[in-house]
Amino acid sequence: MNVLVDGARVQARPGQTVAGLLLSRGQVSWRSTRRGGRPRGVFCGIGVCFDCLVVVNGIADVRACQRVLEDGDEVRTQRGAELPS
Amino acid sequence: MTVVVVGAGPAGMAAARAAARAGVRVVLVDAAARPGGQYHRQNSLSAEGEFGLPDGVEHWPDSSVWAVEPIDGGHRVHVRTGRADGPGRRGRCVDTPALVLATGAYDRALPFPGWTLPGVYTAGAAQALAKGQGVAVGERVLVAGTGPFLLPVAESLLDAGAGVLGVLEAGRPFSRWLRDPRGTLTGRGKLAELARYARVLAANGVPYRTRTTVIAAHGADRVEEVTTARLDPDWNVLAGTEQRVRADAVCAGFGFSPQLELAVAARCKLRDGFVLVDAAQATSVPGVFAAGEITGIGGAQLSAAEGEVAGTAAAMRLGVRPPMPHRALRAVRHGRRFAAALARAHPLRPGWRGRLTDDTLVCRCEEVDHRELREAVGRREASGARSLKLVSRAGLGPCQGRICGPNIADLVAGIDPTAFARRPVAVPVRLAELSEAPAPQEETE
Repeated sequence: MNVLVDGARVQARPGQTVAGLLLSRGQVSWRSTRRGGRPRGVFCGIGVCFDCLVVVNGIADVRACQRVLEDGDEVRTQRGAELPS
Repeated sequence: MTVVVVGAGPAGMAAARAAARAGVRVVLVDAAARPGGQYHRQNSLSAEGEFGLPDGVEHWPDSSVWAVEPIDGGHRVHVRTGRADGPGRRGRCVDTPALVLATGAYDRALPFPGWTLPGVYTAGAAQALAKGQGVAVGERVLVAGTGPFLLPVAESLLDAGAGVLGVLEAGRPFSRWLRDPRGTLTGRGKLAELARYARVLAANGVPYRTRTTVIAAHGADRVEEVTTARLDPDWNVLAGTEQRVRADAVCAGFGFSPQLELAVAARCKLRDGFVLVDAAQATSVPGVFAAGEITGIGGAQLSAAEGEVAGTAAAMRLGVRPPMPHRALRAVRHGRRFAAALARAHPLRPGWRGRLTDDTLVCRCEEVDHRELREAVGRREASGARSLKLVSRAGLGPCQGRICGPNIADLVAGIDPTAFARRPVAVPVRLAELSEAPAPQEETE
């Protein structure tokens, strides 16, 4: 299946999480913090720490380690505080 | 009537199976797509599932319990089901006279300079990514922390194709094991397991060092280098032993913290930071049982035994009379002795606090550094978890103090670590979801 990562078309496997896909492509961060603008990616890997937040299909604050990809998903980097939904 | 089990790890699966075997209907709620929990994490990329559940168990995957509410004769469990953190999840709730909490635990992560750099992971993250997603978190990885869990993490990393530079154990557990006759006796099977891991590490040329840890991670936007050092028995750095090593990942784990918010929301009594249970795994609250790591850290076998006892006891509350689970009860007694020995062999020592610099973040979410925390405590006289949170903002971010709470309790005198587990909304729920939630009567099943 195909997904979009920051506008680029990328192949993903069924069962793959957003974090699993991005890390397997060598990307270790996909969010900047609100206060310091520092890069963050996976930390706890099991849905506890909320460090790996990412924007999926226009919705911010999705845990990349928990979200399993579906065909056509649009993933993009989250910058600082984005409006919650 | 239904037994509701929250969490489908070793404890929750055993509880669900035992209750179903006793002849009652069971709903098993779990956040993951497949049962297994963190310990039996399945490879999400393979089509086959490993764990079958009996007919009497209705498994609700991809489901988060966001609130537990007392009602007449039991509890109402509020659940959202659907893609993680998505806006379109389905709201349900289920009422039960017998609730089994098997919510597990997560890695204790101690702060050190550079621990917020991408490339620093908890040991559990490395394990989950390797086993669940087939991802190796680095080519030059250091595994650091304390406890036997570091060994299977190193093995999973090797299996996933990572290069493991070493396993650094901050304590000196084996001398403690040998001095602890009750622990070694009850843990005989575990020692064989440890020996197997030692062989795996040796076969792969991975050094295992005790009284050694990672004291800093360095890099611009990700981990590029790591400083390791030898430690004294209190985990203070032995001057002159610092070594700078080129590495692209650190996987750190200093034991585990229980996932307590549902037990706290149900007003279960805690002891020493864990849920207090009796021999039937009953908590202090009638109709609420607890099993697995939220009652004490003891591993998968103990969790499964506790789950079997809890599931049987929960079924009995619904009026059935299953046979006593004698073997499981015995396994719980043995397992608890092993767990106590494990805790004695892997204490956290205070020296880690000395590694924090002024600008080391203590709260990762709200980016509160060590200096700001100290100022909140000192100059602004914030005491107690609540005022400290409000003054410093530590613990107010999306993780709700799960990562920083236990550390702040160690850094600030008089703070109860479980105070951070008071989370009336147990997991973040989107505002739109709350506003669209139907009345409880309509969604009750």
